[in-house]
Amino acid sequence: MKIRAIALNTFKEAIRDRILYLLFFFAAISLAFSRLLAVLTVGDRVKIIKDVGLASISVFGVLMAILIGTGLVYKEIDKKTIYTLLAKPIPRWQFLLGKFFGLALTLFIMILAMGTVFLVIVLLHTGKLESRLLLAILFIFLELVLITAVAILFSCFSTPILSSLFTLSFYLIGHLSWGLETLVQKTRSGAARAVIRGLSAILPDLENFNFKTEVVHGLAVDPKFYLFSALYGLVYTMFILTLAVLIFKKRDFV
Amino acid sequence: MSNQMAAVLEIDNLHKAFKVGFIPKKREILKGVSLSVAAGEIYGYLGPNGAGKTTTLKCVLGLIFPDRGTIGLFGRPALAAKAKERLGYLPENPYFYDYLTAAEFLDFYAQLFGLKKREKKEKIAALLRLVGMEKARDLQLRKFSRGMLQRVGLAQALINDPDLLFLDEPLGGLDPLGRKELRDIIVRLRQAGKTIFLSSHILQDIELICDRVAIIVGGRVISQGALQSLISEKVLFTEVTVSGLDPADLVDLGEPVSTAGDRILLKVLQEDNIDNLMALVQERKGRIHSLVPRTETLEDIFVEMVKQG
Repeated sequence: MKIRAIALNTFKEAIRDRILYLLFFFAAISLAFSRLLAVLTVGDRVKIIKDVGLASISVFGVLMAILIGTGLVYKEIDKKTIYTLLAKPIPRWQFLLGKFFGLALTLFIMILAMGTVFLVIVLLHTGKLESRLLLAILFIFLELVLITAVAILFSCFSTPILSSLFTLSFYLIGHLSWGLETLVQKTRSGAARAVIRGLSAILPDLENFNFKTEVVHGLAVDPKFYLFSALYGLVYTMFILTLAVLIFKKRDFV
Repeated sequence: MSNQMAAVLEIDNLHKAFKVGFIPKKREILKGVSLSVAAGEIYGYLGPNGAGKTTTLKCVLGLIFPDRGTIGLFGRPALAAKAKERLGYLPENPYFYDYLTAAEFLDFYAQLFGLKKREKKEKIAALLRLVGMEKARDLQLRKFSRGMLQRVGLAQALINDPDLLFLDEPLGGLDPLGRKELRDIIVRLRQAGKTIFLSSHILQDIELICDRVAIIVGGRVISQGALQSLISEKVLFTEVTVSGLDPADLVDLGEPVSTAGDRILLKVLQEDNIDNLMALVQERKGRIHSLVPRTETLEDIFVEMVKQG
């Protein structure tokens, strides 16, 4: 009940924030731009629309998650609204989870809006609805949920600007860390290889959520892989949230 | 203490230090605060800025964790959710979600206490009436003045009908009328059986309503007790304004403080001298414009203690 109240209030706050609409506006422009790019392309135009469209949803989704996610917890502390809130009988972990679900709900609505614009554009171009595109969008959403958890974790102890940078780094590392796997194979066994292997185990692999190429080019995907990715997202998100709660629990609100 | 049995708040030997600066240096804010608040009283927690008033409050409310010492609420350890159900808190310079309207804001907080829908509606309407904010019901908090925020802040502190109410500098930001209204509300809350813990450095207002006070200076409670026992009823001196007299004649009677036109403000220390002064005024056909006996005020005690502390 309390988590729900906090989540809905967080949703209200995010949805009344102008930055969200600004980002949505640019996402819509970017989606429309994919159509223009297609006109200029030699070859399969539909693929360009899908490719640029999904990438736009992903990029603007991440921007929303970072910009809103890093601000919200910090703002509560900075503006001291958290004083009266935590003086009420609410355990701190419930407060943090409420924030998280509120943000996840906000992102869900935004993804839904961007996804609708995207599907309409594709529909206008091809004349048919493709359910696999929805699948790709769903996994973009799962990635955003994880990014949100990371943004909340950093904003538990750091300022919005630093948190944004940290979260952005997490995102970039997450999308490049698959290269370490390749590196492991190319390195001779020894200390260096052990270190690289360790790193690749610890660092997030956000490419797990990336089904864009497969979907755009109509490649087959083993259903097991979908399941693995979903589980990976769930476990990683829970891990990050637990970490955030542990830090938040010990904090003094001076 | 005789009312130990009914203590709703018991703080014992509370210590808290913060690390400040780039190279962390410990700064002790609370150096062993102990106090006890009895049920049904208005308890004033007084001290200069930076004495540790807000830090004490935050420890009680679980916003910061004390290094040492114990806090008991209603006979339970503080931080217990059960104890928090019965607390209300109005922070200093309150600031709330500015994108919410007053009604939305109170509704949100009511949900945190699990109030039912009907109950909630009635409660919110009653509270807005109590703090005189009915007209601002559907106005976003960003458009509120400081005094208005203070009033809505009081409303949110009362949303769960608390038994113990913490008010941190509640009179700050209010105009004289607002102060009087708030004072009346506080007194009415006590009549309704609530205990009120009032932290402040505005002394005149406190003096009028507090049953007991504690004075904190530099992280230590240096005095605690009933107001009457702290303030003596003895007349310290009398301020008399006279006119039509020669200043030279008054030197023996008292200390001239100021003159305006032919009016002289005189500080008379001995009570016998007042009779002498009156006789002199009659003899010289002068006039007495005012005669004010000054007793010791909380402010005098306060200034004295802060100087010593």
